Amino acid sequence: MARGGWRSDRRPLGPYESRVVPQLPQLILTGVTVGATYALAALGFSIIYNASGVINFAQGEFIMLGGMIAAFLAALGAPLPLAVVGAVAATALIGFIVAKLAIAPARGADVTTLVIITIGVSMILRGGVEATLGKGGRALPPFSGDKPIAIAGAMVSPQSLWVMATTLVVVAALALFFTRTRHGKGILAAAYNRLAAELVGVDTRRVLSMSFVLSAALGALGGVLIAPIANASYDAGIMLGLKGFVAAAIGGLGSGVGAVAGGLALGLMESLTAGYVSSAYKDAVAIVVVLAVLLVRPSGLFGAASGGET
Amino acid sequence: MLHAPPSALVSRAPTLIFAAALAALPLILPNAYYYDVAIRIAANATVAIALNLLIGYTGQISLGHAAFFGLGAYGSAILVGVFGWPPLAALVASAAAVGTLAYLVGRAILRLEGHYLAMATLGLGVVASIAIGNEVALTGGPDGMAVPDFSVLSWRLAGEKSWYWVFAALLVAAIALADNLVDSPAGRALRALHGSQTAARTLGVDASAFKTRVFVLSAVAAAFVGSLYGHYEGFVTPGLAAFPKSVQLMTMVVVGGMASVWGSVLGAALLSLAPELLARFQGYETIGFGLILVITMIFLPRGIAPTLAARFGRKAA
Amino acid sequence: MRCSLRTGGWRRASLVAAVLAWTACSAHAEEPIKIGSVFSVTGPAAFLGDPELKTLQIYVDQTNAEGGLLGHPIKLIAYDDGSEAAQANSFAKRLIEEDRVDILIGGSTTGSTMAMYPQVERAQIPFISCAAGVVIVEPVKKWMFKVAHSDRMAAERVFADAKKRGLTKIALLSETSGFGQSGRKESLAAAPKAGVEIVADETYGPKDSDVTAQLTKIRAVDGLQAIFVFGMGEGPAVVAKGVAQLGITLPVYQSHGVASAEFVRLAGAAAEGERFPAAAILIPEQLDESDPQRAVLKDYVALFAAKTGNDVSTFGGHARDAFFIFKAAAERAGSVDKAKVRDEIEKTSGFVGTGGVVSMTPQDHLGLSASAFRMIEIKDGAWRLAE
Repeated sequence: MARGGWRSDRRPLGPYESRVVPQLPQLILTGVTVGATYALAALGFSIIYNASGVINFAQGEFIMLGGMIAAFLAALGAPLPLAVVGAVAATALIGFIVAKLAIAPARGADVTTLVIITIGVSMILRGGVEATLGKGGRALPPFSGDKPIAIAGAMVSPQSLWVMATTLVVVAALALFFTRTRHGKGILAAAYNRLAAELVGVDTRRVLSMSFVLSAALGALGGVLIAPIANASYDAGIMLGLKGFVAAAIGGLGSGVGAVAGGLALGLMESLTAGYVSSAYKDAVAIVVVLAVLLVRPSGLFGAASGGET
Repeated sequence: MLHAPPSALVSRAPTLIFAAALAALPLILPNAYYYDVAIRIAANATVAIALNLLIGYTGQISLGHAAFFGLGAYGSAILVGVFGWPPLAALVASAAAVGTLAYLVGRAILRLEGHYLAMATLGLGVVASIAIGNEVALTGGPDGMAVPDFSVLSWRLAGEKSWYWVFAALLVAAIALADNLVDSPAGRALRALHGSQTAARTLGVDASAFKTRVFVLSAVAAAFVGSLYGHYEGFVTPGLAAFPKSVQLMTMVVVGGMASVWGSVLGAALLSLAPELLARFQGYETIGFGLILVITMIFLPRGIAPTLAARFGRKAA
Repeated sequence: MRCSLRTGGWRRASLVAAVLAWTACSAHAEEPIKIGSVFSVTGPAAFLGDPELKTLQIYVDQTNAEGGLLGHPIKLIAYDDGSEAAQANSFAKRLIEEDRVDILIGGSTTGSTMAMYPQVERAQIPFISCAAGVVIVEPVKKWMFKVAHSDRMAAERVFADAKKRGLTKIALLSETSGFGQSGRKESLAAAPKAGVEIVADETYGPKDSDVTAQLTKIRAVDGLQAIFVFGMGEGPAVVAKGVAQLGITLPVYQSHGVASAEFVRLAGAAAEGERFPAAAILIPEQLDESDPQRAVLKDYVALFAAKTGNDVSTFGGHARDAFFIFKAAAERAGSVDKAKVRDEIEKTSGFVGTGGVVSMTPQDHLGLSASAFRMIEIKDGAWRLAE
C-alpha cells in the first residue's frame, strides 16, 4: 500500500481518524475529469447567454438527455458510435423545439420570467424522461474499455481521457467557429448589437434557435461522455446544471475561456477539498471559494466588466 | 413615520375583506387536512411577500431564499429541542441570527449584478442546506429532527385549528406591512431602485444601504415564518432550505406577479395547491407542473395578478 | 308534503327508517377497506419507493380479484412524497383526515417515516413502515411497525463476515443521503462491539459523478484491509467503478442498499467480488428446499417480473410483507378496527415474508433477526450465497 507524502502532525490519532496522505496527481486528474464535464456544461450556459441573455436552467437536462438517449439506443442494440451520434442529434432537435416553443414566444420578457420558463422547461424534460424511460439508472459502455492507464503515478480510466480530449477538441472547434466562421461571428454580432448585425445581413431570428441547438448538442455530448463513468438517470441533470451555472459564473458569463476555466477550477476545488479537507463539505467549500472569487472580480474571472444596470 | 392619506381606509379595504374571509374560512373547512393546506398556503404566501419586496421592487434575484426559511426553522428546532430554550426566546434569537447572517452576507454579495447575484444567492442556499445536512449531531442530518411544540409559559400551541389563526394573522400582517411599505417614501425609493439605480442615486436614495436593508428584512421575515412552521409541523428536514424550495418560492412570486403583494398571495395559493391537485396524476406530476409554469409565463409574462388587474382596469396593487 | 305523526305517520317513518338502515347495511358491505400509502416514488429515493408502490398495487389487485379482504374490496390510496419528508407529513394528514384510511403502509425512507409518525400517533392508526432506520422501532412505538431489515443489522452482518475473514481495519464510505448517514451512525456504533476498527470515515453524494478523490484519501491509510460502502442505488455503482479504476484490490463490502439487479447492471465488472447483506429474495433458487422462504420468494419474483417487467427488488418485497402482515392481522381481528388490527399485528408470529420469518412482540416491532440477512457475493455478474 503506497504511503508517500508527508506527516501533517504527530499527535495520536482518535478512534476514527486516519492519517491522511493523499496522492496529489490522482486528485488533480480526478479534478480535471470532473472539471471537463462542468466546463462543457458551462460552455452551454455561456453560448445561450451570449446569444440571448437567457440563463438556461434546462442546460443540465440537455446533459441528462444525452446520456439517457444514448443508453436507450445502446440498449436497443445500436452500436455505440450510432448511439452517441443519435443522442446528440436528438437532443439538438429538442433544443431547437425548446427555443421555438418556450423561449421565442417570451422574448422581451423580464429576466426573471425567462428564468422561470427555463426552470419549467427543465421540469418538462425531466418529467418526460421519467415518464417514458423510467426512474432507473442506465449504463453506457465505455468508449474504449475500462482498463485503467497509469499516468504520472495516477490511475486514469480511458473514459476520463475521452472526456478531457473531447472537451479540448470541442473548445478549439467552438473558438474557431465563433471567430472564423460567418455563422459564429454572426451570432456574436447579433448578441452585441442586434440592429447593426441585421444591417450587415445577419439573420438574427436564427440566432436564438441556433444557440439553443448548439448548447443542447454540447450538453448532450458532455452527457454521453460522462455516462459510462457516472451512469445516466432522469435526475442527473439537476446537480450538473447547477454546477455548470456555478462554473460559468466563476469564469464570467458569456466568456468561452471563462467557462472552461471555471469548470476546471470548480472540478479541481471539489477534488482537492475531498482529498485534503473534508469529503462531506467538498461541494460547500467549492461554492464558498466561488463566492470569494466573485467578490474580488464581480463579473467572474474572464467576464466583461458589467457596464449595464440590473 | 407613515402619513396616511384620508383615503387610507378605502385603500385598506381589500386587506380588511381578505382578513374577514380568512376569519370566516374555518366555517367551511371540513377537516384538519384542509386546515393544513390553508396553513401551508399562508406560510408560503407570507414568505413570498417578503421575497417579492426583494425581487419585485428592487429587481434583485434571490435563488436561495429558502435557506433563510430553513435556517429559521432549524434555529428554533435546535435551540428548543437540543438546548431547551423557551420557544419564544428561540424564535426571536433565530430570526435575529438569520438577520445578522443576511446582513453580513448581503453587504458582500449585493454588490454583484444580475445573474452573478443570482448565482451567489443560489450558492448560499446550497451551502446552507449542505451544512444542515452534514451537522448530524445538531440537526439530525439528512433525515431531519423533531421539533417540540410551541409553548409560552404553560400555554401550548398545538393542532391545525390553533395554528391556522397564527398563520392567518401573520399573513394579514405581512400584507398590511408590505402595502404600507410600498406606499411610503421608503417604498417609493424601493421602486425607484428597480427602475434605475443611477437615477435613484441622483435622487438621494442610498442604493446599497437600501438593498441591504430590504435583503435583511425579507430574510428575517422568512426565518420568522420558518421557525413557526417548524413548530407547527413538528418536524424539520434539510429540504426546507434546499434549492427546490427556493425555486418554488421564487416561482410563486414571479407567477403571481412581481411587485404585487396580492400576486404573491395568489401565486402561493396556486403553487401550493398544484401538487395536491396533481397528486392524482401519478408519474406525471413533474411534467404537469413544468407545463403549468411555462404556459403561465408565456401567456402572462408579468404574472397573473398584474395581468388580471390590467384586464379589469384597476390599478395594479 | 307534511308527514303527520298522528295518524299512520309512525308506521311510515319506521318504514323509511328500515329502508335507510337496509341500504346503509348493504352499502357497508360494499364499503371498501382503505389502505393509505405514502412512498417516495420520485426523487432520490425512487429506487425504494417505485417498486414498493408497484408491489402494493399488484397485491391489492390480486386480493380484490380473489374476493377482497373480509368480504370487502380493498382500495389503495397512494401518494408520492417525492423523497421529501415534509411532503410525507402532509400526505399522511390527508390520508388520515380526508381519505379516512384504515391503515398506513409506506414510508420508503426513515426520514419520511419519522416525519409521519406524529400524525399516526395522534390519530391512533397502525402504520407499517418499509424503511430501514433502526430508530423506527427503537424505542418501540405503539403504532409503528417495520418490515425492512435495520441498518444496524446490515452493519453487524458485514462486520461479522469481515472479522471471520480476518479483516479488522475497515474504511467507511457513506452516502450523504438519509440512508447512508443513518447507516454510518449505526456502523460507527457497531464496529467496536464487533471487534473491527473504522480507520477512515468519508462521504460521497448520491449524484456524484466521481468518487476517486475520496477513494484516493482512503487507500492511503496505513494497514487498510477492507472498504465498507453504505449507500443505495446508483451511488455505490460509481464507487465500485472508482475502486476498479484506481486498481484497489482490497475486499469491498456494500450495504443492503445495493440489493437489486440495477446495481449489478450499472457497476458491471467492477462489482465482481463485492459482498453485501441482503434478504434471500435475491437468491431463492440457492436456498435449501426445506427453507420456508423459498416458495414465497420464487412466487413473488415471478409475479413482480410478469406484472412490471422490472427486475426484482428487495424493497418491493418490503411492501409485500407489509401488506400480508396487515391482511393476516385484519383476518385474525375479524375487522379493520384500528386498535384491534394493531394488537394483531403485534402478535404476528412465524410469518414467512420476503425479508425473512417475522415474529413480533410488544417490545420488538420488527420481528426479524440478523440471520434473516444472508451474505451475498457477486460472482460473474450474478449473486451467490457466500456462506
